[in-house]
Amino acid sequence: MATLTLREIQKSYGSLSVIKNIDLEVADREFVVFVGPSGCGKSTLLRMIAGLEEISGGDLIIDGQRMNDIGPADRGLAMVFQSYALYPHMTVRQNMGFALRLARVPKAEREKKVAEAARILQLEPYLDRKPGQMSGGQRQRVAIGRAIVRNPKIFLFDEPLSNLDAALRGQMRIELARLHEELNATMIYVTHDQVEAMTMADKIVVLQAGVIEQVGTPLQLYHHPANLFVAGFIGSPRMNFLKGRVTGLDGTGLSVDLPSGARVALPVETATVGTGDAVTLGLRPEALRLDPQGPLGGTVRLVERLGGLTLIHVDLDRDGPVIVQIEGSDGTAPHQSVRLGVDPAAGQVFDGTGKALPHLVRHPLTH
Amino acid sequence: MTLRGHGALFWRVAAISVVVEFTKPKRQARKPGTLILVAPSVAVLLLWMIVPLVMTLWFSFQYYNLLNPAGAGFAGIDNYRFLITDPDFWASLGNTLILLGSVLAITVVFGTLLAVLYDQPFPGRNIARLLVVAPFFVMPTVSALIWKNLMMHPIYGVLGFLARSVGLEPVDWFAEYPMASVILILSWEWLPFALLILLTAVQSLDHEQREAARMDGAGPIAQFFHITLPHLGRAISVVVMIETIFLLTVFAEIFVTTSGGPGNATTNLAFLIYARALIQFDVGGASAGGVIAILLANIVAFFLVRTIARRLEV
Ligand SMILES: Nc1ncnc2c1ncn2[C@@H]1O[C@H](COP(=O)(O)OP(=O)(O)O)[C@@H](O)[C@H]1O
Ligand SMILES: [Mg+2]
Repeated sequence: MATLTLREIQKSYGSLSVIKNIDLEVADREFVVFVGPSGCGKSTLLRMIAGLEEISGGDLIIDGQRMNDIGPADRGLAMVFQSYALYPHMTVRQNMGFALRLARVPKAEREKKVAEAARILQLEPYLDRKPGQMSGGQRQRVAIGRAIVRNPKIFLFDEPLSNLDAALRGQMRIELARLHEELNATMIYVTHDQVEAMTMADKIVVLQAGVIEQVGTPLQLYHHPANLFVAGFIGSPRMNFLKGRVTGLDGTGLSVDLPSGARVALPVETATVGTGDAVTLGLRPEALRLDPQGPLGGTVRLVERLGGLTLIHVDLDRDGPVIVQIEGSDGTAPHQSVRLGVDPAAGQVFDGTGKALPHLVRHPLTH
Repeated sequence: MTLRGHGALFWRVAAISVVVEFTKPKRQARKPGTLILVAPSVAVLLLWMIVPLVMTLWFSFQYYNLLNPAGAGFAGIDNYRFLITDPDFWASLGNTLILLGSVLAITVVFGTLLAVLYDQPFPGRNIARLLVVAPFFVMPTVSALIWKNLMMHPIYGVLGFLARSVGLEPVDWFAEYPMASVILILSWEWLPFALLILLTAVQSLDHEQREAARMDGAGPIAQFFHITLPHLGRAISVVVMIETIFLLTVFAEIFVTTSGGPGNATTNLAFLIYARALIQFDVGGASAGGVIAILLANIVAFFLVRTIARRLEV
């Protein structure tokens, strides 16, 4: 059992407020990812949970107990650092057993736990090496092993994969997901990479400038982003944004006119907007398709053929550039004129303040 | 003074070559034809070392006393025999090692503690750092004079004044504790050096490592012994090596304060050689002392370079 509750958590350095009133619940055995651009306060928040950073205000509650004033070693947490922070003069075995040694755990038991962690992480052949003699991926696993050995209530990860190359990162993502299942542990993971967030999280917390923008499952964030920031941050290629004006409302949604005169109808709640209001249309690249009868017209600028997917960059007439993603390989060539259709169920409308109008058609996997 | 110069010169060359050896990225095979380009500097360095060395060796086998020109001639190993049977020589050898060992121990231990202390944030840290490093820039002769006349003099010195102001008898430091006084002065001179090197090393410690240790349950003391101290190993080796080079040949501080006395209480090998050559004018005996100094330097160098090389490998 390990649950974490943050209540109006704040952090300021002098007059600079870095974390502003964050409320969050982390359930037992949940894999929670904090994601956001660099400098948004993810690491600071994680380090406050770890006890490495003073909490300026609010309550940090682990398993029902207020932990604000408990030292980092006594909170029952373990952290994996971005730089791995292995002790260079110690062997892998000593690195992993260090916490147990400080806690005066008997040698036999210590050895057993280290061996168990080494087995889980396939580190057995390297136990007597020093970190300097290992590759980045292996060091990463040692850092994780050091956390596992302590059998913590909650694992904390601060951008653990950002020093690895792309192939290894993909591999470690899978390994971490496997580990989460095998250890049955609560994990909090910080990253600026939305792909890591999408692939590993049970729950994603999107942060910006010390404020939570949205909390939800990966698919909730993807299909029903709460605002322009989340919509733009989650998903690759990025969501296309088109400026427009509301021209009609009824119980089934609203229609938006774009500068080119094209009209798009979307099924969203209309309670907070009126006719003539400026809105932003958000269309995922896969919500657009090549369609000779479609409402949007433009010229192809660039085609990226990924084999299984094709990304077509289109400059719309007067409405701005968009990216269209279609399945399979496609023969569309640059400079060609095309027309684009819109899948209304996958489109978003954001009001003048950037807030999303709730969709009337919820994606089936986001309930 | 050229006689006692060999030891120091040897040392410097040894130190430089060790540093060069371990700081260059990877040993590369020398391209053919470059030998001729490095030959002149190698030749000059070789002459620079070989000529005084050979002359010292030569003189050490001669009867050569400036006060007794008539007695000149080949001496065989008489100079060495005379030196080895001279209790002053063994005393000076002992003094050299005591001086070396104590100053090394004091500067490394206190240098490490102070480095950790000065790494902590506290108000006025930058000024404090500047002040603590300052003694290193004072000339040896000057600092010896300051300590002798301004600090430790029983009548005019600050320490004497303090003692009198609380009603105690002032201590005549150089008469009563001559060796301790010299060690004190040398430590004062070399502590800033050790601190400077060790402070930069402490500052280069990855702060995430320290945080990882904190999460692993290491308090300040455990962090010091398990994280900071191992990290400083390399820097401590460098401090020991460089200080050894200079401490084996300490001269100015002794010359200015005690002149090797009282008796031979503070005569180290360098001062003994000086006394032989320029007080007793026995060039032959002094040269024999010089040769032994070179041997001593090389024995210490051998062990030092070996242990340090192992340290630097990691
Ligand atoms: N010790 C500090 N003093 C002042 N400002 C800090 C300190 N640590 C972090 N900050 C500021 O807090 C903000 C959040 O930092 P951080 O949590 O590291 O961001 P990230 O989301 O990239 O991990 C940044 O703007 C940073 O400048
Ligand atoms: Mg960060």
